[in-house]
This record gives sequence, structure tokens and C-alpha cells, in this order.
Amino acid sequence: MTTESFERWRRDYDAARLRRPDFSTMSGIPLEPVYGPPDGEFPGVYPYTRGIHASMYRTRLWTMRMFAGFGTALDTNRRFRDIIAAGGTGLSTAFDMPTLLGLDSDDPMALGEVGRCGVAIDTLSDVRDLFDGIDLGSITTSMTINAPAAIMLALFVANAESTGVPRARLGGTLQNDILKEYQAQKEFVFPPRPSMRLVRDTITFTAAEMPKWNAVSVSGYHIREAGSSAVEELAFTLANGFAYLELGRDAGLPVDAVAPRLSFFFNAHIDFFEEIAKYRAARRIWARWLRDHYGANDERSWQLRFHTQTAGVSLTAQQPENNIARTAIEALAGVLGGTQSLHTNSMDEALALPTEKAARIALRTQQVIAHETNVAHVADPLGGSYYVEELTDEVERQAEEIFAQILDMGSGSMLEGCIAGVESNWFQRRIAESSYILERSFNRGERIVIGANGFTEGNDDADLDLLTITNDDERRQVERLGRVRASRDDDHVRHALDRLATQAADPEANLMPALIDAARAEVSVGEMMRTLAGVFGRYTEVPVL
Amino acid sequence: MSVRVLVAKVGLDGHDRGVKVVARILRDAGMEVVYTGLFQTPETVATAAIQEDVDVVGLSMLSGAHLTLAPLVVSALRERGSTIPVVVGGIVPPSDVAALRDAGVADVFGPGASAESIVASVAALAAETSR
Repeated sequence: MTTESFERWRRDYDAARLRRPDFSTMSGIPLEPVYGPPDGEFPGVYPYTRGIHASMYRTRLWTMRMFAGFGTALDTNRRFRDIIAAGGTGLSTAFDMPTLLGLDSDDPMALGEVGRCGVAIDTLSDVRDLFDGIDLGSITTSMTINAPAAIMLALFVANAESTGVPRARLGGTLQNDILKEYQAQKEFVFPPRPSMRLVRDTITFTAAEMPKWNAVSVSGYHIREAGSSAVEELAFTLANGFAYLELGRDAGLPVDAVAPRLSFFFNAHIDFFEEIAKYRAARRIWARWLRDHYGANDERSWQLRFHTQTAGVSLTAQQPENNIARTAIEALAGVLGGTQSLHTNSMDEALALPTEKAARIALRTQQVIAHETNVAHVADPLGGSYYVEELTDEVERQAEEIFAQILDMGSGSMLEGCIAGVESNWFQRRIAESSYILERSFNRGERIVIGANGFTEGNDDADLDLLTITNDDERRQVERLGRVRASRDDDHVRHALDRLATQAADPEANLMPALIDAARAEVSVGEMMRTLAGVFGRYTEVPVL
Repeated sequence: MSVRVLVAKVGLDGHDRGVKVVARILRDAGMEVVYTGLFQTPETVATAAIQEDVDVVGLSMLSGAHLTLAPLVVSALRERGSTIPVVVGGIVPPSDVAALRDAGVADVFGPGASAESIVASVAALAAETSR
């Protein structure tokens, strides 16, 4: 017996280009592209539980997208080139704390933080250095930034166009997920509503002018790192995704114009099967809600694409080499769960930013999975497992309960529910509670973490060599910013900032053109953010314990 | 009287999972805990610690800026005539511990520090303060 799903899968699979002629086991047993009964679910077919592509990794492996950034733009540019030379297939930019909070490197609050957790970016000159010698028309670039995301997009577009690459050719992703900042990562600047207006502006701008750009990477990663459970990570993230859809819809964009431009970003924690079930449930929930609740007609709107990063919080400072094993297991969960791209953490990241060697081992871990294990030969290899299918259903059921609560807070609107849940600390309280429960089980010895509360022999072995970032980078960056400020056209700067302030005060205006103009005038990130804060105000969290 | 602790986030570091968990661990141990919230400066922390009349100040630092910011908190307290001890927890490489201690930090809890070790250290420092 064959069904419509099977027929559709067969047709798409037969039409797909494959990356090698033959897929068999090490011992020569030939392998089917997917296994299961003909009346079951198939990859590339609604509801996509088994993957979004018919041929999955047989056509293309996941993108090995290593997140990097430290020091000045020149330092990070060198690391980017190393990553590309080592076989990395996408770039992902980590910014330092001042940049993430929209402060210039010479701001008094930036003291001690410049270039430490990522690269310091103040002006267009820095962006030019960051991507020097890298063809932005042929590699995709992810930028992990939220409160100043619209400004960073403006700088990126201004830089690419000054090197001759038109914005329409730029492929990449802006994280731009401000909701999870209030919920978990806490790098917010403006209050929720004006922040959402900036997200709206990037969504409508990229929908009109940047067809290859993902406007928002809806991120569960940070929610999980902040302490949530797997189900909370999934449910909060998808709810935020629904909220951005509604934001676009309210701005007059049809759901099929917004949904394909959203991508997702999930954590790969250490509970192997629960993580795989989470990814499978995520795809199924998204497909169902998009088709049935939001009325999307375009299949691409139904397909949840996601990036995965292994869990930073699962790493230990004790016997850090063990982190290579943890990361490999977590990465494998991401791959068996059908991720589109993957970042693997380095063994030394419980202590510092990674050294070049540690980062290379982390990339090699992905390459071992991709090229040695043959796990990428068959789509959704765990589909049909009684255990994994049951866990997938249960994760979905629990997520639906959370959606109902959020919808209730928003009187039927996910957008309003997410904002209300932020303002009432509902998300923050749930995350803190889950984190406390997990920590208590660790402290009671119910949950064993090797090297931390069990199997501690070897904890006193020689320390790893760690990357040190001196305050020299801070000094160099501050000097550089001073030189840029001294050499730019002050009239042009003033004019650009005046225009930005005027447009910010008009809630209907799209701020992207004014931001790109300001970027071209070498206006700094801090200057643009201060101007916007003058109109939008600043957000202060009332902390909950 | 129970031990009073101010837990604080200084600078731009938004990672608040650790500070919240440690606050609850200290409360579970019977201490009174005040949390400053995010994005404090050394001056606001010192002022709050003195106003709240705490026995110990705990800084949670995960952004790598501990060598710059923790000593500033210690000196902000001392400039205000306070002897309240300051402890630091977070992503602190072992090689930075000596420098923090030289700068007047009373104790450092790196990644994986146990709840008991944090409670014991804070209790001991508080006992010294009140003597």
C-alpha cells in the first residue's frame, strides 16, 4: 500500500541531487534514504516530523557554522579566515557586551568589557575590517545581536554595498529575537513595544529588499541556557515565533511573506533522546500551527528550519577534556534531530573564550560525525522508535499546554501574550524555577556531572592553556573609534541622527533606510542607540528571585 | 541575627541564572538575601551594600570582566569606609584567582563550585565581619 505522503516523498527524493552516488554501511549493506511503513510519515512532507527535506543530508550536510568573535574586528577577521580555511561553511559573529547593549567602546559602562565576549563593533570601519577579504555574496553570515540588530543589519548592508555586493544577494541571519532577551538573556535596551517595532522594521525591510535573508532567528538556546526545561525551551521559542508572525501580519505582511524568513535556534543539551524528540516535535508543531491556525499556504512557511548549538551550561571546568565527549553526544542529537546548521562548543568554554586549538577540535567533532559515522546517510534514523515517537508526542502535548497559557495571557493573541508574560515576569519566574530545581538535584547528588560532583579523580591535573584577552584590545579599539570620529563629516553625522530621531518618533516609518544612511556616515552604534533611546526610553527589569 | 548578603551583577553581563540560583541557595541556608538586579556599577553596589547593612557582598561575573570590575567594587566599599567582604562567583579561570585575592576579594567560586562550599564561605566571612 502506498499513500500520498509516500508518493510525494518519492517524487521529491528522486528529483533531488545527491552528494554521492552510493549510500551504504561501512560493510557494504546498501541503505534506503529513509525507513518506515509506506503509510507513515516521510521527510520533506507535512507535518515534517522526520525532517524538512525529502533527501535530508544526502543532498547537503548541515552547515558547520562556528560562532566566533573576540577583540577587535581585525582579530576576528583572522579567526573567520581560519574557520573558512579549516572547512567551516558559514560564519557566525559573536559581538562583545558593549556592542550587544548598543554602547560604544569608549562608553564608561563598557570599561573592561570591550572585545571580551566577542568582537567590538562601533562603526562601519569596524564592519569593513571584520569581513575584509571574505566574499559576502557567496558565504552566509549569521549575526548574533538583538537590541541593536536593526543597526547591525544597516552596517552590514552598507559595508556589503560599498564592496559591490548588492543587498539582494546577501544571505544570512540576524538573531533579532528581542522577546527572549527579556525572558532569558537580558540584553535589552528599549522597552518591549518599541523594540518590537524595530523587529517589525527589519522584517518588512528584508521581505521587500533582501530575499535571501532570515530576519529573525527565534532562539530557544538562551532560554535553555538560562535554566528552562526542554519543553519550556521549545514552547517559549515557538510562542515567540508565532508572536513575530503576528507582528508581521499586523504590519500588513501576509503570513507566507514572514514565516519563510524566520529560522530557529535550539540548544542541544545532554539528555540525548529528549533533545531529538524536542526537534521532531518542534517541526510538527510549527507545521500544524502555520497551516491550521495561521492559514499559511506556502509549504516553506510550514517548514521549521533550525540552527543548533551544543549546551554551554553542560560544560565543566573540571577535567575540561571531558567536554569534547559531551559536545560530541549533543552534536549527534542535533544531527539525528535534523538540524540545518550546527555550532559545537569548545572544551575550554567553562573557563574562557576558546583557543584556536580548542575551536578546531570542536569543528573536527562535527566533521567526524559528518564524514566517519555514516549517520547522515538515512533521514530521521530514530523515527519509528517506540521511545522516541512517544517522547515526541509527549513533548508536543506539554508544549500545547504552555501555548494555551500564553494565549490566555494575551486574550487570544500570542504577540500580546508574550509581551504580557515578559512584563509580568511570568517567563522569567518559570525559567528561574526550573533552573533552581535542576541545581537542587545536582547539589543533592541526584544528578551526577562528571568531574563536578562525581568521578573527581583527575580534577587536579594540569590546567588547559586558555585564551587571554588583555585590555590592550580595549585601548586599541577606543583609539580607533576616536580616529573615526575625528575623520568623519560632522554635518553628515548630525543630519543622519536628526533624521533618525524624526523617523523614530513616527511609529509608521520604517527605520532601516535612515539607519543605513547613518551607517554610511560612520555614525557609531552607540550614537544611533542613544538617539533611539531618546525617543523610545530605556527598559529596567524588576528582578525576581 | 541571620546573615545578610547582597548579591549583585556589575557591568553589562546579563547572565543571571547563577546569581538567582545562588541567592536561593543562600536563602535555603537561612540567610537574608538582597539582589541588586542587572547592570549595576561598582558605586551603586557599594552604596546598596552599606544601606542594606549586609555582612557579605557576592558578585556574579560571567563576561570575563572580573579582573577589571571586582577590584573596583572592593575599592568603592573601602572608599566609603566599609570593611564588608566581597566574594566573586562565575566564569573565573583558576589563573585569575590570585589577582582577585590580591585586589582584596575574600573568596572566589569558579564554575562547578558546590552549594555547601559557597554557603560555608559566606557564613564564615559573615561571622568574621560581625566579630
